[in-house]
Amino acid sequence: MSETINNAELQLTCLYDRHVALQAKMSPFAGFMMPIQYNSITVEHLAVREKVGMFDVSHMGEIFVEGPGAEKFVNWIFTNEIRGFEPGKVLYGMMCYPDGGVVDDLLVYREFTPEHFLLVVNAANIDKDFAWIQEHAEGFDCVVRNESPVWGQIAVQGPAAEKVVTEILGYKEAAELGFYTFCDVEYKGKRLILSRTGYTGEDGFELYTSTEGTVELWDRLIEAGVQPCGLGCRDTLRFEAGLPLYGDELSPEISPVMAGLGMFCKYDKDFIGKEALLAQKGGEIVRKLVGIEIGDKAIPRAGYPVETPEGEEVGIVTTGYHSISLDKSICFALVDKAYAALDTPLCVRIRKKVFAGKVVKKRFYQTNYKK
Amino acid sequence: MSKIIEGLKYSESHEWVKVEDGIAVVGVTDFAQAEMGDITYVDMPEVDDEVTAGEEFGALESVKAASDLISPVSGKVVAVNEALEDEPEKVNEDAFENWIIKVEMSDPSELDNLLDAAAYKAQIGE
Repeated sequence: MSETINNAELQLTCLYDRHVALQAKMSPFAGFMMPIQYNSITVEHLAVREKVGMFDVSHMGEIFVEGPGAEKFVNWIFTNEIRGFEPGKVLYGMMCYPDGGVVDDLLVYREFTPEHFLLVVNAANIDKDFAWIQEHAEGFDCVVRNESPVWGQIAVQGPAAEKVVTEILGYKEAAELGFYTFCDVEYKGKRLILSRTGYTGEDGFELYTSTEGTVELWDRLIEAGVQPCGLGCRDTLRFEAGLPLYGDELSPEISPVMAGLGMFCKYDKDFIGKEALLAQKGGEIVRKLVGIEIGDKAIPRAGYPVETPEGEEVGIVTTGYHSISLDKSICFALVDKAYAALDTPLCVRIRKKVFAGKVVKKRFYQTNYKK
Repeated sequence: MSKIIEGLKYSESHEWVKVEDGIAVVGVTDFAQAEMGDITYVDMPEVDDEVTAGEEFGALESVKAASDLISPVSGKVVAVNEALEDEPEKVNEDAFENWIIKVEMSDPSELDNLLDAAAYKAQIGE
């Protein structure tokens, strides 16, 4: 059930003491000791779908890129197009290796100061990303700073998230923000980035501020009765919404094209990995990420084999659950591209038994973003 | 603090056995259900299947993970708790009341290899 982990090497977020006080089930994740659940994954999942929940996401990385060459540089390492993208906007995309494999998936914030960008990266990849960015910044007129340790982050997610942020925290500006935009406000004299983003398939906000401010905001939200949510339901929520997790659905071996995320790669500009991704797009691709639904309560888990009805192994499950919101057993799987079309019959081998299913859309759950 | 019932036999892998009229009734412990969290599926064998002590006979699935069920005794499955097919969460509600399989033991002396309540309590550190 557990691997041997040297706890001394694990980092703690600024909210660690709060999680322990709430008696959360803690587990190592991405080099941090993180809360998996406070009470029940199902209860926390449904709180976000039906009302509101909050997550400690202080483990995420914040890397700032600034200088006259910042836009040119970020556009070179990022698959999506940031030219013409206005201050206050947030863009999702990837950093790729020259072979099209993924260094990381990330959010790019165009700051209100010209030629200032914030790159929000996955916790597990902070050191690797920072090294990658620094290495490639040579020759561009910009500076790169990793400020991850000094920023805390809370995600407030769910249909009542706007009410919580405007009424409980008092940030009326939140009501004016569209999805994937942000504004700068202050908390106790320190910058607070109020961002209408998230990783749950619901409307919501991510609040980045100082670690001290993060702890105070968390306490105020707890006092107001907002459900604390762990990484357990963060995964079930993002999965239902069809969102990839680096390491499962994106990796040095799984490119954005294979993962069906080609819409976040813009080919009318140059970026690292472009040629390889274009070749993959043109047909040089072996496997594709699909959704599979099986007609049973048994649960397809990462690593389980995917087979044709004739028993030929053609793929592998990357993430799977018995979906809490949909009451169906569904998974993401990487399969030979010949079997990737919707409605293709595919089976999943779960322990000794084989369960019949079919290819379905990856966005299992109808997302509810603010337009 | 999880519930432990005196008089039952326990395995190190958190199954319990109660012997009723020579038949071994097998379930998982309260400690195991609490560790697993919300149980969403119980993968059970079929009646007449053979099970072997120390070997997997099914699995419990929570939202997050699958955990193998290990048979504490050897023999033939004479009943499975079909109520768990539709209501797996019953295991969370009362792990001792909601047994999983009943086994006609081929070698009842295997029971001697299992833990008593005190030894199991010590194993889980309570």
